[in-house]
Parts: sequence; C-alpha cells; structure tokens
Amino acid sequence: MDFEPTESQVDLAEGVRRLCAGRFSLEKVRAFEQVDRVVDRAGWRALGEAGVFSLCLAEEAGGVGLGLAEASLVFEELGRAMIPGPLVATHLAAGLIDGADDGSVVVGLVDALPTGPGITPMVVEHLADLDVLLVLSDAGVAAVDPHDLEADALARPLDPLTPLWSVASPPEGTPVAGPDIAAWWRRDGAVLTAALQIGSAAWCTDLAVDYAKERRQFGRPIGGFQAVKHLCADMAVRTELARCAVQAAAVTVDQPGVGDPDLAAAGAKLLADDAAVANGRSCIQVHGGMGFTWEVPAHLAFKRARVRATQFGTADSLAETLAASLAPSAADVV
Amino acid sequence: MDLRTTDAEEAFRGDLRRWLGEVLPDLPQRPAPSDWPGRRAYDTHWQRLLFDSGYAGIDWPVEGGGRGSTPVEELIFKEELARAHAPYVGVNFVGLLHAGPTVIAEGTAEQRQRYLPPILRGDEVWCQGFSEPDAGSDLASLRTRAVRDGDDYVITGSKIWTSHAEVADYCELLVRTGAEDSRHRGISWLILPMDTPGVDIRPLRTIAGSTEFAELFLDEVRVPVTNRVGDENDGWRVTMVTLSFERGTAFVGDLLEAVELLSATVTLAVRTGAWADPGVRRQAGHLRAELDALWALTRRNVSQAARTGIPGMGGTYFKLAYTETRTRLGEFSLSLLGRAGLAADDLAATDGLGDLPAETMVEDWLRGISLTIAAGTSQIQRNIVGERILGLPKEPVAPTAAAAAAAPATAAAPAR
Repeated sequence: MDFEPTESQVDLAEGVRRLCAGRFSLEKVRAFEQVDRVVDRAGWRALGEAGVFSLCLAEEAGGVGLGLAEASLVFEELGRAMIPGPLVATHLAAGLIDGADDGSVVVGLVDALPTGPGITPMVVEHLADLDVLLVLSDAGVAAVDPHDLEADALARPLDPLTPLWSVASPPEGTPVAGPDIAAWWRRDGAVLTAALQIGSAAWCTDLAVDYAKERRQFGRPIGGFQAVKHLCADMAVRTELARCAVQAAAVTVDQPGVGDPDLAAAGAKLLADDAAVANGRSCIQVHGGMGFTWEVPAHLAFKRARVRATQFGTADSLAETLAASLAPSAADVV
Repeated sequence: MDLRTTDAEEAFRGDLRRWLGEVLPDLPQRPAPSDWPGRRAYDTHWQRLLFDSGYAGIDWPVEGGGRGSTPVEELIFKEELARAHAPYVGVNFVGLLHAGPTVIAEGTAEQRQRYLPPILRGDEVWCQGFSEPDAGSDLASLRTRAVRDGDDYVITGSKIWTSHAEVADYCELLVRTGAEDSRHRGISWLILPMDTPGVDIRPLRTIAGSTEFAELFLDEVRVPVTNRVGDENDGWRVTMVTLSFERGTAFVGDLLEAVELLSATVTLAVRTGAWADPGVRRQAGHLRAELDALWALTRRNVSQAARTGIPGMGGTYFKLAYTETRTRLGEFSLSLLGRAGLAADDLAATDGLGDLPAETMVEDWLRGISLTIAAGTSQIQRNIVGERILGLPKEPVAPTAAAAAAAPATAAAPAR
C-alpha cells in the first residue's frame, strides 16, 4: 500500500496544469461569460491531444490506457482552471462516440432522473456547444441529435459559464449502450465530477489565502486575525479530506478488492460537493464586499460548484446510497 | 496511488489475527474505570502479553527493542487490534507513544538501555508533565522552574492534565531552565521518578466523572542532571520531534471505534423506527462518508510517513476533521436515545433495545467533548494549518513574559 501519487502521476497532473495555465487562463475563460457557446473548440482539441478524454480508454482502442486514479488527478487540474464545457461527459463517451476521444466532438450528458422533486422539465447544459447529447437512464445510454431537440434557452443561468436549456419532454434518442455502461458512468462520472470539485475547492483556498495575506485592515493583513485565518484553515482541511476520499474512490474503482467502488464514489462526491460549495462561500466571505462583486472571480467557483453538486447524485441521493449500506432499506423498516 | 496490501503484509495480518483469537478469550474482565491500580495491572499485563509474542513496540526501531515494522504494518496492527476489541494502550500511552519514542530519538545509550525495555515489557508506567495551569495552549510560557544544584536539578512548580499520575513510575517533565522570558529556548526535558520526595498528586474529576487526570505539585523536587534527555534548554525541540510522530496513526483505534458506534446507532434507529425518517438516514449516510474519508486520509498519512520517515502535516488535518466528525456522531447517537440518553445506565437494554451500548453512547458523547480540546485545541490546530501550511501571518506573542508578570492585575487567574 502506498496511497501517495507516483512520480508519473505527479508529472501527469503537472503537465495538465501547465496546459491549462497556457490555454485556459482565467482571462481567457472569462471571455466566454454569458454567451450561448462557452466551449473553445481549439482548446477542446488541445485537451483531446493531451489525452484528457482518452485517458481511460484502452490502448488497443487508441486511448492512453490509464485508470480512474490518473483521471481524478487530471480532472482536479481541469476543475482548478474552471474550464467550461462538458468535460466529464466527453471523457465518458470516449470510445463510444466517434471523435470524443480526440476532442474533435463535444459530447453532453443529462441524467433522465427527475430534475427535482415534482419538477418535470429537463435542464440541459451546453446545448449550443454539443455535437451529441447522451441521455442516461437505468435502461442505458441513448444518443440524441441536439439540433433535433425542442429546447428553450434559460436567460439567466446561475453560472455564467454554464448555459442552460429547458427541455419539456425528454427525447427518446437512439440506444448506444446498456444498463451496465449506464451504471458505471454514473459511478465514474461521480468520481470525476468530484475531482473537478476538489480543484475548485483548492483554487478557492489559494485565492482566499492570497487575499488574506495582502488585504490590510486595522494595520495588519487580515489573514493574521484568527477569525479569517480559521476560515482559511477550514477550507484547507475540507479540501484535503475530500481529496483523499476522491482519490481513494478512484483507486477503489481501478483496483478490485480494496473496497466497494459504488459507496466510495458516493462518499467522495458527497464530501467533494460540500467542500467545493463551502469553500466557494468562504472565499467570497474572506474577500468581504469585494467578494460580492462580479469582478472578483470567487463567485464563478461558487456557482460552478453548485452546478456540479446537481450532477451525478445530489447530497440527498448520495447520503441515501450511503445510508442504505448501513441498514436494510427504509421500506423494510417502515 | 495503490491501496493493495502485499502478501507479506497480509501474512503479518493473518498471524496477528490468529494470535489475537488465541489470547483474547482468556483475558480477564477489564476493571472499573475508576479502579486505577486495577487498570494498571490489566493494561500492563496486556502489554506483557504483546511483548512475549513479539508484538511490543511494533513501530519502534530494532535498536530500541522494537519490532522495526513498516508504517503499513503498524497500521495493520492497530486496525486488527481495534477490530478484535483488544485492550487499548491505556496507562501505557505516555510510555509507548511519547516518552519511549523521545528517549529513542534523543536519549543517551544509557538512557535507552535503562528506560526502553521496561516500557515495552509493561513493567514501568509513564505520565506526562507538560501543561501547567497558566501554560495550556501557550505551552512555551511554562514556568515550572529547575535550578541546577551540583549534580541535581531542584524543581518547583505545578503541572496539570497529567493522565494516570497516580499509577505512574516516571513522568516526562518539561521545565524552565533558561531565563523567565526565554520561551521555547529555555525549556529542558527531564525524567522525573514519581516517588521522589516533594511530588504531590491531586486527582481531577472530569465532566464525564472519570479521574484519569491529575494535578502535579512539585516542591523542591531533586532530579539528577543525568535524567535530562537532550541538551539543557533544548527540550522544546526534543518534544516537537515526538509530538509529530504521535499524530500519524494515533487515532486509528478511535476511528474504527467510531465506525462501530455509527453502526450501533443505525441499529438503534432501525429498532426505534427513527430510520424511516429521511433526515436520520441522511445524517447517518453523511457520517459514513466522513468516516470513510478519514480512513483514506489515515492511509495517505501513513504512506507519507513510509516514504519520508517523517509524518507530514496530515495529522493536523486528521485531528481537526476527526474530532468534529466524532462530536457530531456523538450528538447523533444521543439524539436517537432520547430521554434514555439522560443517564449513563443501560436503560435501553431493559426497553427492548437488546445489546445496544446505550451506556457507551452517553459516555462517548461526554468524552467527545474533550477531543476538540486535548492534544492541542481545534483553535490551535487551525492556527497551525493557517500559519505552517497556508503561510498566513503568525499570532502575536506578548513582548516578554517578564512584562506580563509586571502587570499582575491583568494576569490570568490560576486555573484552579
């Protein structure tokens, strides 16, 4: 047992971090705020060339042949860079949808589960950017041509970098994969989305800490006051705990026999959502009034974290999954 | 990142599990919590059993009389003992986890030879004399004074939170040998035999009713200079070396105990019907996720220690996160007990709840309150994370202790 990343895993993550710093600087990312199309096609292909989408695809199928452990490290970096677009969906679709692996095609995904209690219209992300939309259900995965879809653009999406559409009647589409694939996509999608959340949580910690060192009030940097210092410390602790959960979940998927991958994925997503949302909130708080301005990017991480917290399991559904592992189902008890 | 264990590690686990299966059924009943002489006899007997079978000092170097196992084997050792409900280190805590490792790292050859084997055999029990009534979180302000007199130090002062002082043979004692305001630079680490004249022990009763803590009053206590570990005035560094080691896997047993407490709490919820409440289920599910993550963090910390030989800052993360999870778990159990949680008696057992440890749940909840205080409060831990990991500005320190003493009107009242 050695749960530390190997040298090549560290190198891989650093390589992706450099790619993101060059291709997806915050300035470049923010240029896409509040437009219908947020995917930079050239950047998407660069991610494809770097192997981001084909990372877990077998080498025989033209992929890199690595595991979810490596993917979780890579997706943490993508999350840190706040790259907009359906990163997880395109990664999952590699090998199933032509062009997903090399980034020449942008694939979106929506779960056919109800949008919320008693809410029927489906909320679909990134529709204008998509070449293919996949619909995930217990029965499997179906492909839909986004151009055929009757959808209404939502004028004021929470995250300015995640444009949304409302779809009144869920499309049927063409089946492309069965229930087994759907189940493992839900699991791996949860782990990779959780990894994006870790990147976001860590980015928020860095931004808040930098500001707390710089901003002076009462003649001292505000980070010298325990009230602020402890907010920052809690951000770091949350991130590290959730990071361990996410990486352990990824390794549990890769290495059969070390644990229950479905439970590990649910726990990782639950804690990573908590960390990303809470750190987004704390990052705004540390910035004080400036944190409430559009200019300071803290809100972007906070809002994106909220978006991701609705994907591949919500706090309630994930907690129920974990609870079910502790006792017979609620139905049996009542 | 690899979570698989090797064949050798699994063989070690298998042997240990077999051995535990043989010895545990023959162990006598654990004495009552307040029976300290009985607890000492029980805990040291268990330590002797471990020693006789080669399981004492599992992570101590071979030169120190230990087994010299890897951090991973040490983790397996703690995991298996906890799973088998083997006795906890108990009164051997300070000797095995603090004083012993300090003597290994910083003691002379003579000191190692004299003090280490009796700790491993369970012959000698140690206690800790670090905190003082006026030096808690600010340990470096400690005032217990040691003055050189020939070949002795003459020590006067008082210590607090000295666990198991009543049954200890030795105390690892931090004293001021430098100037009054020398803080970290004027502290020495001494071995104090507890039967030395001038040592007075007064037990403290905790809010849980237990009596493991004591206050120690030292009135012109003479200790030979040869009982000093490390250089004079270098005791702070000597202490920090061992504190970092203690934080690595010290909580493994506690963590597995928490997993069992959650499981018992869920059983309670199922039997009372509370499990039908989604809020109850989701709290339980969330706690499960936290405990799993803490286990992953433990493995990360152990892996770091195995690679570098030195535990990283992960222990601080762990302590902060674990103690808060554990506190919430205690609240969760207690809320499900309802009015049966108003007494630490097994009322629940008479009420159709069968074998559930209602008594343990109540005691655990109370004990849990100490977790965010002991071994560095959560507030101090957050300072450590903020300053040493995130690089935020340090807390201000009053100019000198002498200046503070010159203003007695504002000095803190004695803790008693």
